[in-house]
Amino acid sequence: MIVVLLILIPLLSGLVTFFLKGGNSAKTCALISSLLTLGVSISGLTIFNNADLLLFKADWLPGLGSTFSIRLDGMGQLLCLLTAVSFPLIFVATWRHEYKNAHNFFALMLLSQAGLMGVFLAMDALVFYFFWELALIPVYFLCSIWGGEKRIQATFKFFIYTFIGSVLMLVGLIYLQSQTESKSFDITAFYALNISHNSQSWIFLLMFVAFAIKMPVFPLHTWQPDTYEQAPTATTMVLNGIMAKMGVFAVIRWLLPVLPFASFAYGETTVTVLAVIGMIYASLLAIRQDDMKRLIAYSSIAHIGLMVIAIFAETTISLQGVMIQMFNHGINIIGLWIIVEIIERKYGTRKMSELGGLAQKAPVMAMLFVIIALANIALPLTNSFVGEFMMFSGIFSSPLFQYELIIVPAAGLCIILAAVYVLKMVQKVLYGNTILLTEMATDIRLNEKVVLGIIVMLIIVAGVYPQPFLDLTKDTTNFILKESNVIHLLKK
Amino acid sequence: MNALILLTILGVVMMFSGVVLKRNAAIRTLAVTGLLLAIIANVMDTYGIHFFNINIRGMMNFDRFALLFITIILSCTFIFFLLSAKDMEKVGINFADYFALIFFILCGIILTSSFSSLLILFLGIEIISIPLYILTGSDKRNLKSNEASLKYFLLGAFSTGLMLMGITMFYGYTGTFSVENLVIVEGMPSALLIAGIILLMFSMSFKVSAAPFHFWTPDVYDGAPTVFTSFMATIVKAAGFIAFIRLFYLSFDSLGDSWKLLIAIITALTLFIGNITAVFQQSVKRMLAYSSIAQAGFMMMAVLALNGPAMEGILLYIIAYNLSTIGLFAILIKMKDYTFEGFNGFAKRQPALARAAVIFLLSLAGIPLTAGFLGKFYMLKAVVQQGGYLWLVIMAVVMAAVSVYYYFRVIQAMYFKEGEAQSLEVSLFFKWTISIVAFLVILLGVYPQIIFKWYYF
Repeated sequence: MIVVLLILIPLLSGLVTFFLKGGNSAKTCALISSLLTLGVSISGLTIFNNADLLLFKADWLPGLGSTFSIRLDGMGQLLCLLTAVSFPLIFVATWRHEYKNAHNFFALMLLSQAGLMGVFLAMDALVFYFFWELALIPVYFLCSIWGGEKRIQATFKFFIYTFIGSVLMLVGLIYLQSQTESKSFDITAFYALNISHNSQSWIFLLMFVAFAIKMPVFPLHTWQPDTYEQAPTATTMVLNGIMAKMGVFAVIRWLLPVLPFASFAYGETTVTVLAVIGMIYASLLAIRQDDMKRLIAYSSIAHIGLMVIAIFAETTISLQGVMIQMFNHGINIIGLWIIVEIIERKYGTRKMSELGGLAQKAPVMAMLFVIIALANIALPLTNSFVGEFMMFSGIFSSPLFQYELIIVPAAGLCIILAAVYVLKMVQKVLYGNTILLTEMATDIRLNEKVVLGIIVMLIIVAGVYPQPFLDLTKDTTNFILKESNVIHLLKK
Repeated sequence: MNALILLTILGVVMMFSGVVLKRNAAIRTLAVTGLLLAIIANVMDTYGIHFFNINIRGMMNFDRFALLFITIILSCTFIFFLLSAKDMEKVGINFADYFALIFFILCGIILTSSFSSLLILFLGIEIISIPLYILTGSDKRNLKSNEASLKYFLLGAFSTGLMLMGITMFYGYTGTFSVENLVIVEGMPSALLIAGIILLMFSMSFKVSAAPFHFWTPDVYDGAPTVFTSFMATIVKAAGFIAFIRLFYLSFDSLGDSWKLLIAIITALTLFIGNITAVFQQSVKRMLAYSSIAQAGFMMMAVLALNGPAMEGILLYIIAYNLSTIGLFAILIKMKDYTFEGFNGFAKRQPALARAAVIFLLSLAGIPLTAGFLGKFYMLKAVVQQGGYLWLVIMAVVMAAVSVYYYFRVIQAMYFKEGEAQSLEVSLFFKWTISIVAFLVILLGVYPQIIFKWYYF
């Protein structure tokens, strides 16, 4: 029953928040609800951690072969935890931001949280699709109403992109369902599928497009920098911190084990080539950016690219690395966005050329910013190092890859490029002489210190002691690999 | 049968009510109550309580599907009355007559949804069409309305001719008008029958405005008074589809090989033309006219599949489409400016109406959690299950994505653009009704079982 609460709390409190009068009560309601969700999520990891409580099934659309079935497995635990941790952090960090019609803003944020939870929990393809879209619609409204100047075009592009992706995925899901023995959308029926290689390959394309748009993978990424730039920063945190992970997550759960042969066939060829091109391309673009939001947006494409390659390497260590990195990247990137939000709110600009010398005026922020930035380039002792190390090691040892000697250096190049653009950002914003704009700067407030402090703590703890994450994801990883093992399937 | 006879009597009563009742409110109340009675009578019919016992000699068959559809269509008309009956006053002076004509159309719809003889089908189609010609031209002083009426009449008469020709060929081959228990000899069916089927298909495509027989639709929908456009685009179109499906399901399903490809081509054309043309419209009313063509394309997929999900799905699709379109038109009727710009800043002026309109638009675009999504989903599933035609499925979803563009333009205008939409004078009752309709759209999108329980009980 715990799992139902994870969806129900944000959903109901979101609906209630629509009718609250005044910004403060809505803000408080949103914060309390997100803290409750966090509590439930943590209790699901600790005291209520048994299989019965983490499972829920109910009749829904018997005529269509769909049941409302949700379950928390290891990977789901990790991503639900990420979702549950992120929202209170986002709310507290942007506490002082004044929104017009704040009740609608917070209501939509909570609804998108419900959608995200549903995506990570769904064990039925139709339920998955429902939540996939439920997460999208509120975000569309959030970006279009509270976004920047060019918000309408930018978010519409985003919406059309993702919608085309998801309807193509829908066709794939319907086809898969029609091929199952029991004519059901249940995930176990999908895993038991045994369809011809030919069908696998074109369904793979239909579904991978949907996931690739969400992540995004080159060349389907063009919506992303514009949307991240135009969206209100609190929403950008959700978009980049959590929603980008939906695509990665969906490939692991709904693509790899369901279409193992196609995943194998496309894995090292099309997908990896696109991902590598995207990584290098995005890194180079990131170096050229002056706007901090766009820089982070491009850096995110590069990081996600590595995760995509690691998934298709299909080794235990690389898959576990991806899962851990999804969590870590979410935390780090939200940290960076919070910093950007603070800077933009205080000084009215995100342009690095217009900033400088903040370290003298805001030492606490500078320290926290540097740690988060270093985590983003995967320095040892930070959380990203663990994830990226595991992914690289997995790609090297993958039995499916033949060209790892080309892939790994190309991907490794991006780590160096990441250091270039992240350090450039740190240097331009924090160091150098103060300019007119930053002359009167003050340090960050308590709520921001607390949030960034928590993020830094998570970065270091997960960097030094990642064992709990490894334990959590072990079962899921082994299960996924068993289901998608091509050699094993061929023998059968 | 109950509803049919009741509605005929009501139609006649309404014709003369204008003479007896002087106040419009009284006429309206009479019509709404009468319709409510008809719905109740039909539900009782469903549960096996028949008021009249008439031997119709197998010309009609009130099966479960037909009765459920009649309930749905009458309920949609009921909602239409609640939302828009007041606006009929503004069309002309013959307020009571409009109700009478609508009741006669409903009689025709009952005939087309329960026929088992082609004669009844023909009769039903004509009973629907003739009052519609009058309603289209009811704004007598408006040149566009007159033009629309004439155009509709001429093209309608042409399609009726095609239908009669088709029926004749059918009769020539089978020697009967009955579509049930049709025995078709194995092997190659004769050219006579195939020609009959194709002529019937064309004339039905005309009635449901499927491309390339759709040319009358935008002009007629645009020219007719908006209240009646709403009625035509929803309830009458749904009736056309039920007749289409009933005809092909009962008699021609076994001959699928000879006509399914043609239907698939018509479907693809309808989807393509409807959606692409709707993108370029500047007026919301005209956009809705083209969107109704686009939606017809999706409903045509049920005619193509004719299996379990198709039959369930078409009912759900019709409800979703009717509720959303009636709701949108009800708001549009109140507006003076029909362009997209006219909706700028609408959400600030009318938050409740804007919220309902968003739900209707999302439903029409086929976004999950709304009934419109499940309707589309059933259609896609029906075609996939039928096998083959995957190109059509992929084309349909791409076109659904195109439709997002023009539906969302209204949302963008209402919510994201600054502007001075005129403030409408709407009653509290209207606001509540439209909110409830919007809620129904969501409810059916999450839990459609409430409809299907009726079908299978």
